[in-house]
Amino acid sequence: MHTVLKIILQRLALGLITLLIVSVVIFVAVNMLPGDFAQAILGQGATEESVAAIRRDLGLDQPLVTRYFGWLAGVVQGDFGSSFASANAASFSGTSSGVTTVAQQIAPRFANTMFLAAVTAAFAVPLAVGLGVLAALYRNSVFDRAANIFTLTSISSPEFFLAYVLILFLAVLNPIFPSLSNIYDGMAFSERLNKSMLPALVLTLVVTAHMMRMTRAAIINLLASPYIEMARLKGMSPMRVIVKHALPNALAPIINVVALNLAYLITGVVVVEVVFVYPGIGQLFVDSVKTRDIPVVQACCMIFAAAYILLNLTADIMSILSNPRLRHPK
Amino acid sequence: MILWIVATLVGMGALAWTFRFAGQQVTGQTPKFRDMPFGVAYGYIVAVLVLGWLVWAYIQGRSSDPAIANKFFFLRIGIEGFIIFAIAAWLFRTAGRAVGTVWSRKMFRDMPLTASFGVMIILIYAILAIFAGLLAPYGQEQIIPGVAANITPGGDPALGGNPDFPLGTDQIGRDILSRLIYGAQNTVGIAFATTLLAFFLGGTFGFLAATFGGWLDQILSRLVDVLMAIPSLIFALLLMTIASVWAPQLGIPLTVFMVLIIAVIDSTRVFRLSRAVGQNIVVMDYIEAAKLRGEGFGYIIFKEILPNATAPLLAEFGLRFCFVFLTIAALSFLGVGIQPPLADWGTMVRDLGGFVNYAQFAPLAATAPLLAAGAIALLTVAVNFVVDWMLYKSSGLKE
Repeated sequence: MHTVLKIILQRLALGLITLLIVSVVIFVAVNMLPGDFAQAILGQGATEESVAAIRRDLGLDQPLVTRYFGWLAGVVQGDFGSSFASANAASFSGTSSGVTTVAQQIAPRFANTMFLAAVTAAFAVPLAVGLGVLAALYRNSVFDRAANIFTLTSISSPEFFLAYVLILFLAVLNPIFPSLSNIYDGMAFSERLNKSMLPALVLTLVVTAHMMRMTRAAIINLLASPYIEMARLKGMSPMRVIVKHALPNALAPIINVVALNLAYLITGVVVVEVVFVYPGIGQLFVDSVKTRDIPVVQACCMIFAAAYILLNLTADIMSILSNPRLRHPK
Repeated sequence: MILWIVATLVGMGALAWTFRFAGQQVTGQTPKFRDMPFGVAYGYIVAVLVLGWLVWAYIQGRSSDPAIANKFFFLRIGIEGFIIFAIAAWLFRTAGRAVGTVWSRKMFRDMPLTASFGVMIILIYAILAIFAGLLAPYGQEQIIPGVAANITPGGDPALGGNPDFPLGTDQIGRDILSRLIYGAQNTVGIAFATTLLAFFLGGTFGFLAATFGGWLDQILSRLVDVLMAIPSLIFALLLMTIASVWAPQLGIPLTVFMVLIIAVIDSTRVFRLSRAVGQNIVVMDYIEAAKLRGEGFGYIIFKEILPNATAPLLAEFGLRFCFVFLTIAALSFLGVGIQPPLADWGTMVRDLGGFVNYAQFAPLAATAPLLAAGAIALLTVAVNFVVDWMLYKSSGLKE
């Protein structure tokens, strides 16, 4: 147990360091923008004095390093600063109450995105593993070839193509699911599920294909091993050989690819959320990119990167844990 | 709803059992039916039902009642398209086996149908992209005056169409067919250039890291690790935000920034691969011999390592191209990629996507966005098919 704990702690520390460096990269990238928040908030008619005043208020006259640590301290406490666009709107209307913090904007949308990802994972993971086992069982059959062509097609299609095809067939021609996902607070769970069904299906299509191919490859890789040969010679049925003997040993690569694909969901979610106008964090991110709402962009980037690193880390740790040779060292 | 699904599954199970039992009785216990596992029998039933449904849907799509025909219109087009492409790919392969040099004939001889389909599509796209100026009836930015916006293809005057524009015109009166053809030039061309740049950067640094090793390798590898820790589309969007502020100040088009940004982000993946491949080659004896001869690093990288790393790099080039192409399409779809007035498929999907919702009244209204999105999908699918075949061939996998 001792070595495993040590390896896991090492990985965790490495992940934290990566996250820290990523935060530096994001902060520096954003600060490469010409002008600063003060000029951007005040716009064209800014006077020297007002710009200087806002800079002082926001602490923009401090050196870069000081500002970075200030921002980082805020981020650690869940404070991402105040949104630029809403500050802009507030100054335009002459009230200060309209200013919302970035955290306030992100929190509900983050929950929505997590809901979408959870629904997708609930569909995709069993489906992918099941289909992958079947494809490995009936390898080189018509079913395997058809599955190969189908998955290759759905991996290589852009998300918005799949999204529009599904909208066309499941929302427009046969009105089964709504094509717009207007999610709001206090919605019943079943209605919420119904509204987020199409985006979840698109993401499932994209993710399942990849996971299924990897599951198939991982199992087929093992089929040449002597213990599989032994089980087969014992007279075990092919299905039992795969489920009892091959699958547990293929678990590490499968878990790995599941986690990596969940990490991929985070990127894919951006386009899908835009197509279905799903009020998630991806939609917010794209909107803030367009309005150049820097604090929100920065915060969304940090969240996406953190989730990405976290999932990769989980994949690493899970594959260590699923390897008995590491769990019980000699 | 759930009851129905369960009932269907159980019914299919019963059908499968009956099918196997009947097969055993009729054929007098031939091994094929006697040893057939239940899962296989079930698979046959599912396949028959799916095929039957497709045939039924195709007949519905041909029905004279427009309400029913509309519903199955796209399915009909899809089935027809699939069959036409399959026949075309088969003809293409047959033609490839008959004419050409010994090398190309040999290549076509052991090519699966999917790969020949891929090669055919890539050739068509290349021709479209190179000769877009000659093939397109109108200019990509040309707004034809006095033409009503009409996105239904066919040019049927009864529907307000104009036979001069076979695929219709978009909201501000540009010919959709011309824009689709120019899209091949812009979208594919820019993606190709970006991939080349990414390979140049990633390949050079990867081989350098592999040959030099030591601190250079450490610095480059850690840098790449950090860049790869940020999801690529998110990072690209962040950098594009910054570039969109810089671009007008510097007077450089945003598209140039996009090419640079995506090339740098994607070169990290190329770096990983070329470093790994390079490290395997660097330890070979002939590299040692070249070093003892006193050859320079340039000679070792370009004359010794590169020729031996072409196969994996070529397959990677195909996959990278797909990624870059999809990233650019996604960025354009989100509105921060290739900028108008350049015709581009991602932007076209975004602009025309709303028309999908009119498909219940006139199915043709959804054609334009689906064509643009389908054009992207078709090329990536084709490239993937070819790469899949190349990997299969080079790995010698037979299982």
